[in-house]
Parts: sequence; C-alpha cells; structure tokens
Amino acid sequence: MMGIVEAIMLTIVAAATPLLIAALGELVTERAGVLNLGVEGMMIMGAVSGFAFALMTGNPYLGVLGAIATGSLFSLLFAFLVITLVTNQVATGLALTILGLGISGLWGEAFIGIPGVKLQPIVIPYLSELPLIGKLLFAQDLIFYMSIALVVGISRFLFKSRAGLVLRSVGDSHDSAHALGISVTRTRYLATMFGGACSGLAGAYMSLVYTTQWIEDMTAGRGWIALALVVFASWRPNRLLIGAYLFGAVGIAQLHIQALGFKIPPQLLSALPYLATIIVLVIISRNRRLTMMNTPAALGRGFVPDR
Amino acid sequence: MLPEFSVRLEKRSGISGFYSFFSPLIALGLTVLAGGILFAVMGHDPFKALYVYFVEPLTEVWSLHELAIKATPLILIATGLSLCFRSGNWNIGAEGQFIMGGVAGSALPVLFPDFTGFAVLPAMLVCGIAGGMAWAAIPALLKTRFGANEILTSLMLVYVAELFLDWIVRGPWRNPEGFNFPETRGFTEWQILPELLDSGRAHFGALIAILGVILVWFVLTKTIRGFEIEVVGQAPKAGRFAGFDPKRTTLFVFLVSGGFAGLAGIIEVSGAIQQLRPSISPGYGFTAIIVAFLGRLNPLGIFVAGLILALSYLGGEAAQVSLQLSDKFANVFQGLLLFFVLACDTLVHHRIRILKPEHSHQDIPGQEVT
Amino acid sequence: MKKLFATLLGLGLSTLAFGGTASAADTKACFVYVGPIGDFGWSYQHDQGRLAVESELGAATAYQESVEEGADAERAIERFARSGCNIIFTTSFGYMDPTNKVAKRFPDVKFEHATGYKRESTNVSTYSSKFYQGRYIQGQIAAKVSSTGVAGYIASFPIPEVVRGINAFILGAQSVNPDFSLKVVWVNTWFDPAKEADAAKTLVDKGVDIITQHTDSTAAVQVAEERGIKAFGQASDMIKFAPNSQLTAIIDDWAPYYVERVKAVVDGNWGSQDVWHGMDHGSVVMAPYRNMPDDVAKLAAETEAKIKANEFEPFTGPIKKQDGSEWLKEGETAKIGTLLGMDFYVAGVDDQLPN
Repeated sequence: MMGIVEAIMLTIVAAATPLLIAALGELVTERAGVLNLGVEGMMIMGAVSGFAFALMTGNPYLGVLGAIATGSLFSLLFAFLVITLVTNQVATGLALTILGLGISGLWGEAFIGIPGVKLQPIVIPYLSELPLIGKLLFAQDLIFYMSIALVVGISRFLFKSRAGLVLRSVGDSHDSAHALGISVTRTRYLATMFGGACSGLAGAYMSLVYTTQWIEDMTAGRGWIALALVVFASWRPNRLLIGAYLFGAVGIAQLHIQALGFKIPPQLLSALPYLATIIVLVIISRNRRLTMMNTPAALGRGFVPDR
Repeated sequence: MLPEFSVRLEKRSGISGFYSFFSPLIALGLTVLAGGILFAVMGHDPFKALYVYFVEPLTEVWSLHELAIKATPLILIATGLSLCFRSGNWNIGAEGQFIMGGVAGSALPVLFPDFTGFAVLPAMLVCGIAGGMAWAAIPALLKTRFGANEILTSLMLVYVAELFLDWIVRGPWRNPEGFNFPETRGFTEWQILPELLDSGRAHFGALIAILGVILVWFVLTKTIRGFEIEVVGQAPKAGRFAGFDPKRTTLFVFLVSGGFAGLAGIIEVSGAIQQLRPSISPGYGFTAIIVAFLGRLNPLGIFVAGLILALSYLGGEAAQVSLQLSDKFANVFQGLLLFFVLACDTLVHHRIRILKPEHSHQDIPGQEVT
Repeated sequence: MKKLFATLLGLGLSTLAFGGTASAADTKACFVYVGPIGDFGWSYQHDQGRLAVESELGAATAYQESVEEGADAERAIERFARSGCNIIFTTSFGYMDPTNKVAKRFPDVKFEHATGYKRESTNVSTYSSKFYQGRYIQGQIAAKVSSTGVAGYIASFPIPEVVRGINAFILGAQSVNPDFSLKVVWVNTWFDPAKEADAAKTLVDKGVDIITQHTDSTAAVQVAEERGIKAFGQASDMIKFAPNSQLTAIIDDWAPYYVERVKAVVDGNWGSQDVWHGMDHGSVVMAPYRNMPDDVAKLAAETEAKIKANEFEPFTGPIKKQDGSEWLKEGETAKIGTLLGMDFYVAGVDDQLPN
C-alpha cells in the first residue's frame, strides 16, 4: 500500500514536471538574451501535437518526439521574427501565444472526446522498491526522467562548458560577444529552438501523462507560471528544480488544506507563488553582485551589428 | 539545422519615411493575401470572407458603436504604455492595473449604492485612476529602490490582481440579493457612464480615450517632460548629462500608464459591464501592448492600431456567425496579422540586404561586420 | 419547385400570423456559448442540442463560442438579434443581464437564458435542469458500491447549483447507508483538466473509493480508472475514458428542450416561462449503469423511474441542516426558492461551505 506522504509527493511531482520542463527551456532561451513570452502557445502546440502523433501511430513515444519537433518548429517562427527581423520580443511573444491557441484549437477539433494514448511508466527494477522514494523516483514515465536529466544537463552545460559560456556571454552583452567573434544570431536561434522543444515536451506531458486527452486550452495558463518560475529561480537550473516543486506543492496543498478545516481564501494561496517570486526578485536585485551574476543583462533586447 | 537564408539587416541612420507610411500597408496586404489563401483552403470564398472580416463590421451603425466599445480600453491602455515603452520602462502588467482600476472604481457603487448624484461618476473615475496608479507604483518602486526587473514584477502582479478581483467578487462584495452567484450588485443610473448617442451603446468612455490620446500626444511633442522621456529612453547617458533623473522618469511613466489602465478599467466596468464580475477583461492589458507597438508608440498611430485590432475581433465574431468559421480561426488570423505587422515594421528602422548564395556559404545572418 | 413552395408557404404563414410564425426552414435558432464547443462538457452538450435542432426540425442555426461574460456577451447577443435569429439561447449564468438588455431592444426576437432568474420582458424565458435528481441516484449507488463508506466530490464554485448537487448526493447515499460521508474539494475553476486530476488524486489519497465531480473535463474519471476506483461522469457519457470505472454519468441533454422551444417559435405559440425540467422531460439522463452488481443497478433504475414519473423528489423531509437544525419536516418538500438560492449543507457533508 502506498503511504499518504508518498502519494502526495507523487501528485506534486506530476504537477511540477510540466512547469519544470517548460521553465528549463525558457531559462536557456533567456540566458541567451531572448525573452519568449510565447511559452503558453508553444506548450499548447506540444499538447495537441503530442496527442495527435501518439494517436496516429499508437505509440506515445512518437507523440513525445512529435511534440518536441512541433515545439521547436513553432519557436522558429518566433526566432525568425525577433532575431532576424529584430521585432519587439514582448509583442512577438504575445502574438505567438495567440497563434498557438488558434492553431492547436483547429488541429485538435477532431480529437475531442477521444481517449488518448498514455505514456506508461518505466519501472526500474529493485530501485523502484526502495521505501518512500522508490515509486517517486524510479517508477516514473520517460518525461519525468528527462526533466531530471535536463536539470543536470543544462546546469553543467551553462556553467561547465565552453558552449554554455558562449551562450551566457551572448545573453549578457551581445555586443561584446559579437566583438569576440561569437555568432549572436546562431546562438540565439539555437537557444530559442531549445526553449520551444522543451515547451513542446512539457505540453506532451499534459496530454500524454497528466490527463490523456485533448481539450482546448488544456494547459490553462501553465506556460505563464513557467515564465514566473524562471525569475523565481533567478535563472539557475538547480533552483528551478526547487521552485517548480514548490509551485507544484502549493497547488496541491490548496486541495489538502481545505480538508483540514483552515479558512484561507483559495485565491490567497494561489497568489502566494507570485508574491514569492516578486520577493525573490527584490532580494536578488538588491545585491548588485548577485544580479550581475544571474540576470542576463541583454534580456529582451534585439541585436543588430553596428557598422 | 539552422535556416540558411542569407538575409542581413543594417540599421538605418534615421527612420525611413517611405516605409513608415508603407509598411503597415504592406503588412495589411500580406495579411489579406495569407488570409485569403487560408480561407480558400478552409473551403470559403476568400473575397466574401475578407469582406465579412474587414468591411462588414464597418457598414452598420450599431457595429461602429461596438467597435468604439472594443477599441476604447485598448487605445487608452496602449496610449499610457507608449510613454513607458518610449522611456525604456517595460510595464507589461497593464492587465493588472486595468483590473485594479476597475475594482477601486467600483468601491463607491458597491459599498455605497444609495449615494447618487452628479458627483458619483467623476469620483468613480478618479478612484479607478488611483487604483491603477497604485498598482503600477509597486513595480516602479521596486525598480527604482531595488533594481528589480519591472517586466517580471509587473507581470506577476497581473496574476495577483486577477486573484484579488476573483476573491472580492466571490466574497465580500458579492451581491446580497444575487442567489450567491459571483457578481456584485448591478450599477444604477448615476454610476453608469451614459451612452453617447441613441443609435448604439458606445459611451462617453470613447471620448475620454480620444482626450487621452490628445493629451499624451501633447505631452510627448510639446513639453519638456515629453522630451525627457524620449531622451532617457533613447540615450540614458545624455539624459543624465541633461540633468534628467531616470528614477523620476520611471516613476512618472509608470504612474501615468497605470492611471490610464486603471481609467480604462473603471470605464469598462461602468460603461460596458455595469457591475463587477470575476473576470472583467478578455486580456485587454496584454492586447494593448501589441496595439502600442502596432501604433509605433505614437499616440495617433495607437489610435488607428486600436481601431484595427478591435476590427479584427469584431470581424472574427462576424465570421463565426455568417461563415460558421470557428473562433480558433480568428485567433490564427489575428496572430498572422500581428506577425506581418511586426515583421514589416522592421523595414522602418532597418535596411534588408539579401545576399547572393555563393557569397554567403559561411555567413551566419547578422554576424558579419562591414 | 419544392423549395419555392416552401418559401411561399413560409411567407404566407408568417404574414398570416403577424410575423410570429414561420416554417422551420425559415426559422433561425442561435446559441451563445461560454466555453469552446471542444470542452467535451457544458458548452459541448449545448452544442449537441443545437445540432438536434438542425437535424430534427431542419431549422437554421448559428453559434458563437468562448464568449466572455461581460461586454462581449451583449455584442454577441445583439449580433444574433440583428442577423435574423428568431430565437436566441444564451447558455451561461453570466449572460443574464446582457440577455435582458438586448431583449428589451428586440421585442420580436425570443430569448432563452439558461440558469438565470431574471425575465424583465415578455420575450425572455429562463430554463435550467434538475441535475440534482441524478446526483441523488449517484449517492445511492455510491453508498452501495463503496467499501470505505466515503465518497469524494470535486466541486467548482459554491454557487447554489453546485451546493444542491452535493446535498442531493449525500441524501441519496444516506438513504442507503445513514453513516455515509462525503469529502468535498473545491478547485475554484470550471475547467482545468490538470487541476481536476490533482483534486481526484488528492481525494483518492484521503481514502475515498468513489469520485464524483461538478467540473467539466474527463480528467477525474481517468484518474479513477488508473487508480482502480469508481467514478461518475459529468455532463456527457465518459465511459470511453473510464470503461472499468464509470458507474454512470449525468448527461445534460438539452436537445428535447431546444427542439421544443424552436418548434414553439415555428408554431407561433412561444411564450415566456421559467422552467426547471428534470428527468420527466428528458433533460437529465443517466448513462447506462455499469461496473456495479445487478441489485445496485436495479435500485438505481427504480429510483430513476420514480423520479421520472414525479413520484419522488430528492429534497423531501425529514432533512436536517449541517448544523443539526431542522430544514424540512417529515414529508415536506423543498421550496423552489430555497433550492434556487441554496447556500447551506445538509447533515453528513464533511466540509465547511466556503463563503
């Protein structure tokens, strides 16, 4: 029998995983200096395409692949506008979300009321039988394992590899990076498409694992929460892991707290993560050194090489 | 796989007057073309569909009223935002300021429903402005005091405002005679912005929006404050030499844009909805950001852009009814329109060089310096 | 030739009856939905009703989906009134005031507002369905099938409609097992599949072995299927999503009412009314009873038959409120007004009603 703590933790992990993945992608994008507010749009595209490919082929893994491909292709549209044509990133990101909600709705019309294909857990023998953490860490689906691998991989990439250094330098000062002979455009294209791929993957988690179905607007604002998370984590992948699980826990706590008879307005609980994000932002911003270390200074600014 | 297009942008020394005028037309042309193809693919007569979308809403008087109602909040918010964006302050939380303006402005009619007379409406509008200003002051102060990134704080405060509205309408301000349904009591005669004409429901909010546009245009072009905003945004160093305090500018533009958004909020609540509900905005605050950019941060341009965006909403609704096109389609169409306009706007500030493939085999766009 | 004849007939009839009557083909019925028709819940079911109007009467229809309650709603309704709709169904509570406002300006058009209570002119009707009747049957089934004696209820917002459903459910359960209790989780949304799934998991973790929901998506029944417990579908038959878990579902069937009302417009005898139909009119339909022993299915079917024949009303005394005070005396039935504004729990609900 599963203990109650273990069960709650499993629920929290499920709630946090899509947030974590989408936020990781956005983190890399923002580290390269590109602010993509279209996460919600890319996520919903991932959800519909993941569902579609899985249903078409009967194979949920092809669904995952399809969602990753769709997410990155969709972000390419954004990348072309903001990087090549240097359009305003805020406005373009908002437009991308509008477009994503529209296209996914049209695409998904045929899938309404059809049960999807579930991505089954991959149970790792022996380890999954460990008490408390076994089920939590070693009897999960592929996307969960990928989310943990992504945290470790991105962390190492950003702070331990040359390519990561290049990416951060592009995000901190594209002019200096350019002067050093680094291709700002190429780096930003890749970072943006990586973000799109992650959003697509996060969307696939919604429609292949969380609830195996397609419903319009089913991401219900999680893309925006992912954006908040990136700031909450002050652009550090490890903190993102903590932040995403915290956000997930607050959401689940709301449901559990009710039964304990506390009379807290649910709106206040829902607002807590956002207030916490603001406080974190103030704290890291107060310390100039910390700010310099963490915030991509060129965030949201377009780059055109001066002559 | 990287796209191997060999396009190169060069900054123009100034703004191209030619493209300033023609880029919106090119964008419109491209949208019409892409839209026409899309309509044809979906099995509709493209000419009829385009007519329904862009012309039909303009042929009837009631529909023009509706256009004014839809455009009013967009224009008001975007006009305020233009000051912010011009000075390099990225307030993207206008949605939250809009909501808090609506809430603050509703305090009077909800808490003192028996208070009537000519003073009620002006008081409500002032409360609305104050509510929006107060909400915008938070990211402004966090930026000037602690250096916290205002894009992110203002965005976070949108969610907090949405939840606050939800709480207050379902909780303390719920209509005591409303069977527990989540809405406040309906506003009465003195609390509702009067309609302009008998032919439709456009209200005085439309006039206020026009006044707002003129006011901001005047501030930007004729006053020292407008010059200060411009300088701080374009050349912060020069601004400091001129003795302009960027912190003061930040505070000023945030308060103005928050006030405009708050005003739009109470105008929407009082004029169009006439009570407070758990949700009072279908994303006006975010759409207004797009309007501000479409209008190139110029109050007069914003006026036109607000009307065009409102038209695209109305056209989408008309297409649902008369062509049975789904509202998803309207979303796609609107997204395309925005992309084209944003892309074409690049021409105003940049010159595009298309390089011959043999010269560009190893060029990565944007990399080479000449 | 046939078409010409139909047109002529239509013209003739409508002239005869002073514009009130038309042939079905000349009648246009229009619908305003609050969500996307792809929600597979509330708006989806209303749209099924619209399709029935088309297929059964041959009337023309039109709809607008995802219409925000507020300024946009009034425009949507007015657009329909102007575009030749003869009858307009506005299918969300939040459309109440806009519906009445537009109705005053278009006295020749009929307006039907779902779940509201204002009829400010003679061309406005209000209608709703007694979904709570189905909840009572669900409660009976739950009490029979459950081994833990606790069911879970995923609730959206504490409006009377939802509170009624919770009360009817516990009354049904207690009619079988007086000690049965009900845990309620408020998710504060009508529509967020992932959050609904979270709520379902939370309830399972708390030891319930049956879940019912008053939110729209299929997420909760899917969780039940995965966790091997039982659940009830909501708004539509969700058996495809939970073949081993769904006991039954309350189906919102708007088709009979929509067909009846559009036909009334065609026949020229439409009148303003306030109806609250239930199983007797086919507005509330139970999906086939599955995944339960035969005797339970039999009990459920018997109760269903009694409610359908108006021989039984779930809110019949003796019923105590949650605080122990008496609400209904032996044999007394609830007043419609109390039900419409229901803001209290009956005894046995393990929750405090949020305010």
